[in-house]
Amino acid sequence: MVINKIIKLIGSIALLNFSVAVYATPQIQTWQTDNGAKVFFVPAQEIPMLDVRIVFDAGGARDDGLSGLAVLTNGLLSEGAAGKTAQQIAEDFESVGAQIEYDALRDMAVVGVRTLTESRYMTSAIESLAQVLTQPDFPVDAYQRELKRMKLSVKARQQSPAALAGEAFNKAIYGDHPYASPTSGTKQSLENMSLDAVRAFYKKYYVANNATIAIVGNVERKQAEEIAKALVTALPSGEKALPLPEVKQLTEAKTITIDFPSSQTHIFVGQPGTKRGDEDYYSLYVANHPFGGSGFTSRLVDVIREERGLAYSVYSYFSPLRELGPFAMGMQTKTEQTQQALTLLKEELLKYVEHGPEKEELAASLSNITGSFPLNIDSNGKLLEYIAMIGFYDLPIDHLDHFIENVRAVDVDKINDALKRRLHPDKMVTVVVGKQG
Amino acid sequence: MNIKSIAGLLVVSTLVLGGVLYYSKDPAIVGSDESVQSYVLSNGMKILVVENHRAPVIVSQVWYKVGASYEHDGITGVSHVLEHMMFKGTDKHPSGEFSEIIAANGGEENAFTGQDYTAYFQKIANDRLELCLEMEADRMRNLTLEEKEFLKEIEVVKEERRLRTDDKPSALTYERFNAVAYTNSPYRRPIIGWMEDLDTLTIEDARQWYKTWYAPNNATLVVAGDVQAEEVFRLAKQYFGQLPASVIPQLKTRHEAKQYGTQRLTVSVPAKIPYLIMGYKAPVLKRTDRDNPFKASDDEWEMYALEVLAGVLDGGNSARLSNNLVRGQQIANSAGASYGMTARHETLFVLSAVPSDGVAIEVLEFALREEVNMIKTQLPDDKELDRVKAQVVAAQVYQQDSTFYQAMEIGMLDTIGLPWQIKDEYVEKILAVTAEQIQQVAIKYLIDERLTVAVLDPLPIENSVSKKSSSASVGVSTGASTGASTGASTGDSRGH
Repeated sequence: MVINKIIKLIGSIALLNFSVAVYATPQIQTWQTDNGAKVFFVPAQEIPMLDVRIVFDAGGARDDGLSGLAVLTNGLLSEGAAGKTAQQIAEDFESVGAQIEYDALRDMAVVGVRTLTESRYMTSAIESLAQVLTQPDFPVDAYQRELKRMKLSVKARQQSPAALAGEAFNKAIYGDHPYASPTSGTKQSLENMSLDAVRAFYKKYYVANNATIAIVGNVERKQAEEIAKALVTALPSGEKALPLPEVKQLTEAKTITIDFPSSQTHIFVGQPGTKRGDEDYYSLYVANHPFGGSGFTSRLVDVIREERGLAYSVYSYFSPLRELGPFAMGMQTKTEQTQQALTLLKEELLKYVEHGPEKEELAASLSNITGSFPLNIDSNGKLLEYIAMIGFYDLPIDHLDHFIENVRAVDVDKINDALKRRLHPDKMVTVVVGKQG
Repeated sequence: MNIKSIAGLLVVSTLVLGGVLYYSKDPAIVGSDESVQSYVLSNGMKILVVENHRAPVIVSQVWYKVGASYEHDGITGVSHVLEHMMFKGTDKHPSGEFSEIIAANGGEENAFTGQDYTAYFQKIANDRLELCLEMEADRMRNLTLEEKEFLKEIEVVKEERRLRTDDKPSALTYERFNAVAYTNSPYRRPIIGWMEDLDTLTIEDARQWYKTWYAPNNATLVVAGDVQAEEVFRLAKQYFGQLPASVIPQLKTRHEAKQYGTQRLTVSVPAKIPYLIMGYKAPVLKRTDRDNPFKASDDEWEMYALEVLAGVLDGGNSARLSNNLVRGQQIANSAGASYGMTARHETLFVLSAVPSDGVAIEVLEFALREEVNMIKTQLPDDKELDRVKAQVVAAQVYQQDSTFYQAMEIGMLDTIGLPWQIKDEYVEKILAVTAEQIQQVAIKYLIDERLTVAVLDPLPIENSVSKKSSSASVGVSTGASTGASTGASTGDSRGH
């Protein structure tokens, strides 16, 4: 078992506090553009490159019954803008070695670019990005093509037991909440899609008051200000998106089984979990770590994989969102072992919610989380990710500075209290996708 | 979705640096010093260090010159199984302890197996390197390899195979495509191994494999990050220096047998979306002059031309496959081209695509062949080439953002038998490629006599839509919590 061995490690754990304490977190500079976009900036001079990401509160949560709308709108931005075709736009970025990124997640819609900072390249990349962001044309042929491709992706999900399980899980834990439906759409929602809906969605949500800009790279503050301005000046101020409805707690346990001809059964067990800025966030995050969040050293891996060889991948996570994101335990195992594995998974959960972590387990987890913190921010790409998240979710600007002390403040009592209040094993959703006996 | 790939596997091993994932010459374009410093221990183990002082962290990787392409029929997958077993303990650090110590010290660790290499790595604060080296040295020579652990772990690997290959129609198609495309090349065997071989693999196979290949003179340590090279050399000497060298078998030179005409296969499994793969046998970088490993072969430009050719077809959203097939004719839902010139053996230049809904696979194949013909008959224009090259130049800068990549790049080159110094020539040689050269390599290599075509032909997914739903307790057998086992049905399957 994990626990008896960890005691031997305490010597090396004690060393940790020192090296973490001397590591300075990056200072985030922040301001607002004239039309209302929030900007978050960290200068990083080491490499002649720049990452910019604009995040809108325009993810799938805003689909409003037309699942797939956020993804489609976001994807169409670079398919025609300022009178240029998709091909011209792609050429503009790629001829200067710039990499455009775009994605619509559950909460966020993201548009960004990675570029060299040599001015002839950077100026061009920022200009192209501004066009995509502020002057999309939504050409009808591109709309039809991308809609068709999304319909095919719905079909593709039907050949993936993992995708089917994830979809059924969200639907079951979220009921009528906007988080319930797949961000990439359903057969039905895509049938109901319209270009007018896309245009209206863009007009409503891609506005400055609904935008967060994150900038990391080899530019001065003044340049960063100009870049932010160049990107969003042409956007109307508009309105910040309204608060999302609260996620309702589940009232009873529910099992969903889907018959599928795969050699493995895919299993999810869970419920609505935690949100950004949640008062129990640190307690639950730390609680999950030794249970199913730390890979090789977690209880679930120990019991399911190491002791019994039942699965390659077994884990649990809290995925915090604007409103309650999912808490999920997941694994895959060959059909015949389904019941055994599911029983073990649920037993472990009950045990953990009842008794919490051992002291030594918690010590090892705290040590890992705090000690690995420098790894989380050791590249421009990772920093960008963090500051965009901090800005988007209105977390305190010193979130990173206090991360370690907030984690250290968690103890066994806080974990047990939070687990008992927040996890309800008798009201969880269980999804089982595979060959049904 | 959280992805937890424990003891991961690099399935695309030979393509890691191929296609549009160009790798970098990483000269000190700016202040930070990233040149490689090297040292060889008296037992033959090589140490490579890349100093990069941006953040107080390091990446430590131990690379072994062994992987799936070293295996023979009947024991396929043994390299990867052994990779899993490397976490199962020594006398000094029993099973699982390696991981626990790294975790308790704030580190991340894992391992990966490719056709040409097996590698183990840690990412950790820069004052913890010694810990990593002590434990890596220990498991290089002292692995316990108990049968009890093996019997459980082989089941884990089979689950991994089911997850990554058997239940993924496109991955399964790719596996069978490789098995047909190569006639006698070891690359025809899957890295994870055939399930039939995993069923009969024994602890003795793993022991034998370990004994044969895991030795300091068959390994390279790469450390990148906020360290001083001299300190790394000192620690390496301290921990690996006393390990005895082994006699490492010299594998015979392998050449893929001549192919006669186009090879075709169909994979019919329950699926929804067809998939097409077309692969042409293509050469890789070689060093043939034993006296001078830095001497390039005369035809070396061909490999660089093939890389640029892959870029012309698939180097970004402005490249031809997206422009012509996805947007223009709209017959592909997605389409790609990939080629990697760094591998031990001859490889494949691969075109792959998913047809748009309702488009016949034959139409898609014809269109991809037309793209190949177009390269052969019309010189790519300068603007296209410039775009590909601009992306290569930019990518070499962006790659400095990843210390892991910097270590990976030199570790891989060294392990497959190429001097790591060639990374410094990469951009220059890509920039030197001409439109005529691209045409020449297309005419020489993208021909029917080198082609294998694989088609995923979906069978219906029976019964997949019969959903059942019922209320049940989560507390299955502990009795600690009883749920709503008598609660109202939320589905429609309870009848009566």
